[in-house]
Amino acid sequence: MPIGSGASVHIRESFLMNSLQKAINRTSISRFRFYFQIAAFILLLYGGYLAINIGDELPTFACLFADLRGGSCYLLGFQHQMTAPFKQMLGGRGIGILVGLATFVGFFVLFNKTWCGFVCPIGTIQDWITKLRQKFSIRYATYSEPVFQRLGRIKYVLLALLILIPMAIGNSFFGLPKLGHDWGVPFCMICPGRTVLPLFTGDVSQLVVDFSSKTKMVLTTLGMAVTGLFFAGSFVKPRFFCLFCPMSAFQYIFSKAGLLRLIKDGDKCTRCGNCFRACDVGIRAIADDVESKNIVKDDCMMCFKCIEVCPEQGCLKVKFLAWHLYESTIEGFFKRMDEKNDGQ
Amino acid sequence: MDSERLRRVRNTTRQHLSTEAEETLQRLEGFPDKPAAMQYFYSLFREIYNGNGAPVLPGARKIIATMCMQVPQELILAAGAVPLRLCSGANAYDQIGAEFMPPKSCPVVKATIGMLHVNQTLWGDSLSSVVIPTTCDQKKKAGELLEDMGYKVYNLEMPSSKDSDLSRYYWQESVKQLTVDLQKMTGNKITGKKVRDAIAKITDSGKIFRKLYELRRNSPSLIFGTDLFLVINAYFIDDIDRWRASAAALIAELEARKEQKIHVTNRKAPRLLFTGSPPIFPNLKIPILVEQSGGIIVADETCSSSRLLSDSVAYDEAGLNDMVPAIADRYLKPSTCPCLTPNNDRLRKLVAIAGEAATDGVIYQAFSGCLPYEMEQKRVSQTLAKQGMPMLYIETDYSPEDMGQLSTRVEAFIESIKARNRKKARND
Repeated sequence: MPIGSGASVHIRESFLMNSLQKAINRTSISRFRFYFQIAAFILLLYGGYLAINIGDELPTFACLFADLRGGSCYLLGFQHQMTAPFKQMLGGRGIGILVGLATFVGFFVLFNKTWCGFVCPIGTIQDWITKLRQKFSIRYATYSEPVFQRLGRIKYVLLALLILIPMAIGNSFFGLPKLGHDWGVPFCMICPGRTVLPLFTGDVSQLVVDFSSKTKMVLTTLGMAVTGLFFAGSFVKPRFFCLFCPMSAFQYIFSKAGLLRLIKDGDKCTRCGNCFRACDVGIRAIADDVESKNIVKDDCMMCFKCIEVCPEQGCLKVKFLAWHLYESTIEGFFKRMDEKNDGQ
Repeated sequence: MDSERLRRVRNTTRQHLSTEAEETLQRLEGFPDKPAAMQYFYSLFREIYNGNGAPVLPGARKIIATMCMQVPQELILAAGAVPLRLCSGANAYDQIGAEFMPPKSCPVVKATIGMLHVNQTLWGDSLSSVVIPTTCDQKKKAGELLEDMGYKVYNLEMPSSKDSDLSRYYWQESVKQLTVDLQKMTGNKITGKKVRDAIAKITDSGKIFRKLYELRRNSPSLIFGTDLFLVINAYFIDDIDRWRASAAALIAELEARKEQKIHVTNRKAPRLLFTGSPPIFPNLKIPILVEQSGGIIVADETCSSSRLLSDSVAYDEAGLNDMVPAIADRYLKPSTCPCLTPNNDRLRKLVAIAGEAATDGVIYQAFSGCLPYEMEQKRVSQTLAKQGMPMLYIETDYSPEDMGQLSTRVEAFIESIKARNRKKARND
């Protein structure tokens, strides 16, 4: 082999990679996301038909109440595990809990918050509702951003409750009487996933108030109210429910370890705020923070709309380990804006 | 003022003006290896300044005149009117404006007032309003003087900060109000479709600007920085479609030159970043001086050039309720106007531009009387010093009197950069 041919092959390869990369950066990731969401929705809701099950510890709302699901949400099993008495948790059952948690973290760390933006069926439904609103040219609601962000802390309260309430079934806190088993999966009872997702398999049985016990009555009534809020809220504000989602809070604990990352180069940022405008969950730091490299915040769903509207070359990037998957480019920005201005 | 005196003043001013413009144009044309596409821009200015001193009339459409770049052009276009940026760079007008303003005030404002005073009857009924954003004190107060002259002045209220929610909200409301009022001024309805089309036009101008900006950075240089200032100056006054076509022709020519390796300087010419008070035709004296002295302006951070077109509107939903606030954001959030406090973004931007364009030094022009730029000088020079970037601070105005001493300073600065580069090359 003549000297230098290796280098030229290498150059040709990197040239190919570069043009491929450029082509990818020109695309609209939102369009890709739209179709990916549909595929994920079908897989998670109807995967059972094809005997597909990708796991029971998924960091997304693949609801166990939807019978034909192709995977299951971790929160139900996790809440259930939390009902064990502390003594058992320290023993054999503890290992089971840890294995479950490790599987959950494993799934999550691999794809980080794209579970929310690309996979979560509840997220997808909200995006569809937003699209519907836009079709009818109905404007979104305006609200005081800081107040709304403060409300977002509710998700941490919900996360604490979904751990503490089940614990109070198997254990007695402060000498109080233990809770009844009707409190077993408290978050599921109020989660819109339980009421809404089974509808897609023709199951309306969750859309009821259960009068069999006082606890169930309270919880299912709350559940119905949340379902109503879910539809009303997401109609006027994109991804309304996500702000309160305890799964999102749970995930965020492990987000720093995510292999898929959203990276910002603050030196290139002009703080023009395009990204903040595009952000469905209203993360201010994406525009204002010029110090952090890892810019994934607790509400972030990694939809990467921010990258699409960033006009600065290489300012925002998606990376998986060392690979750049998608980044903001001047060329891509103008191409996408042209499409938008043409009404596409 | 009686009309007889005004007529005399107008006649002499026009003579001064055409001499002044012709001098600047000849100096620009005197540089070697001009791209042929520049001819359009020279002719445009020659026509305006040798003629009646005003741009071509827009036919049946109304003119909405603006001061400062913060007036959203998109909305003016959407209202079916022609945006016309008044900020003047003419010494002849500066002399007239001096009658109205204190002696130590900013030449941009003085010249603009002078221009409007002399040309009161020029636009007639087509000039529907002068929109002045409440940026610096002098522009703000100029509005009152213009009102006394009989102009319809619209004060576009702008916050003096941009970081807080409060200021962002205030500005969005201001721009929304402007959208409503523009419809009254022009008698045309602003619709979502019209705004989207206007955004498309301005976005395209931004795309053209970015391309020009990128070509200007080429090493060795393909075009003089002074020429590029003129091209962007033309954007103030030219018909937007014609400007886009002419600028696109220039881009095509520069790209061909890049292929053919036709350069206007050699690789050794010190690469400079120009910032501070805006260079506006015919007052391009500092940029011309810099390039005559062997430097080349490869980047700038001024409101008459890069700041004007670097940013583009990105709306999420194609309804007025999202597009108008998106337009508002575009004119406030990335702004590095020294009227804003804090203005750390300007420091960050200068460092970023200096890095991107691989500059050897910075020229900081401050018009005497332009307090905000004068005051930011210190922070800018400290920030650049930390990066090891030399800066020349020049305080000047529109008069040609200081040319002698300025050319000595500029030459010395450029020589020092050359010496520095030679030393660095030896050490490498």
